[in-house]
Amino acid sequence: MGLRAILRKRTEYFSIDVDFSCPEGKTLVLVGPSGAGKTTVIRMLAGLDRPDDGRITFRGKVIFDADRGICLPPQKRNLGYVFQDFTLFPHLTIHGNASFAAKDKKDVDHLLSYFGLLHLADRKPHQVSGGERQRCAICQALARRPDLLLLDEPFSALDVVTRRGLRAELKKIKDERGLSVVFVTHDIHEALFIADSILPIVDGKVDRDWLEQITSPSSPRDVQPRAVREPKLALVY
Amino acid sequence: MDLLPLYVSAKLAVITTSLLILISAPLAYLLVYGKWPGKFLFEALVNLPIALPPTVIGFYLLYLLGPQGYVGAIWREVFGGTLLFTFSGIVIATAVYNLPFSVQPIKATFEKIDPRLRENAYVLGLSPVATFFRVMIPNSINGIAAAAILVFLHSLGAFGVVLMVGGSISGETRVASIAIYEAVETMNYSEAWLLSLAFLPVSYFLLLLVNRLTRH
Repeated sequence: MGLRAILRKRTEYFSIDVDFSCPEGKTLVLVGPSGAGKTTVIRMLAGLDRPDDGRITFRGKVIFDADRGICLPPQKRNLGYVFQDFTLFPHLTIHGNASFAAKDKKDVDHLLSYFGLLHLADRKPHQVSGGERQRCAICQALARRPDLLLLDEPFSALDVVTRRGLRAELKKIKDERGLSVVFVTHDIHEALFIADSILPIVDGKVDRDWLEQITSPSSPRDVQPRAVREPKLALVY
Repeated sequence: MDLLPLYVSAKLAVITTSLLILISAPLAYLLVYGKWPGKFLFEALVNLPIALPPTVIGFYLLYLLGPQGYVGAIWREVFGGTLLFTFSGIVIATAVYNLPFSVQPIKATFEKIDPRLRENAYVLGLSPVATFFRVMIPNSINGIAAAAILVFLHSLGAFGVVLMVGGSISGETRVASIAIYEAVETMNYSEAWLLSLAFLPVSYFLLLLVNRLTRH
């Protein structure tokens, strides 16, 4: 009943053609090199870009169907979206941002406390660090109580230590809330840590060879053993 | 010295500026983000007053606002009376003349806002109208204020278009720039000097304010 998507779109450099699903409460990671079309795929899921063809359903509800001319706007998809860079509203405080679309104001304080932002609640985004801004962006997305959380390389601009902390925090709260998550990254380590299943995308297509190549014994040592240590990992093709 | 023209000019500038900001902000938003056929034709029409001489705009408005013109006829139906040679008439004329000077700076301000802020508002469930009020406007305050000041200054010194549509009726359409022109024509240079002097500090101070607003 989770997410099911068949997406086709012609871009300037290649055509995107992917078919995947993400079971309810699980994390699907779209991984691939930079410029592979991952962001376009997640933007199509969000309704920010329109596919040329295909169909998207979530919990059995059709949110896009090219044949039937159905294309729900982002506002009606009830999802959370965390952008690659910091997209907090600069005129609002951290609390104002987190509660921007909150359904339950009490939940905002809980989330700010969980992500260690409560003491920064009255500061503006430019007065806090990059990691804190991205934590706030996650709070903002979660406070809407979304059915599906989409994250587009949310930690790519952060240092390694902050990244690790955020990944763990995200994983924990996702499990607590039973959220379905689609996570985009070009970092295979990040993908292996977060994913319940992985969708490798290269040049707009699912590319099993690319993932096998990068996780094969001949690949750098720090990549391969992690893949082996993750027995629950399912590769989606 | 007759201070009435200064009062009429100030009143005209305040009303025109308020009216134009209310119209220009949503118009600029539509021009930046709207997708509709003929948008470039409409934008060129909005910008036309930049290219046309004020007397030409005044002449067209004279016809449109007159009893035989569409706007004049509608005005007479709804409010009674005429628009020509009235304060309401010069407000409309000044607003038309200043429309591009208000729309263009606000449009430039909207274009500078990161488009992902708007997308973020959409995925957070906000409609385009709510996004306009809750995201675009608060993040464009300086640009809108700068546009308002420029329009205010422009309206304060309006001459050609006001003369064509309003003539020079004391206390009604006789604005300061017309009073200065008439003072010079009648060789009343002391009054021309004093009225001109009134413009100088106001314009200089407001321009400083525009610089400050656009710098941050």
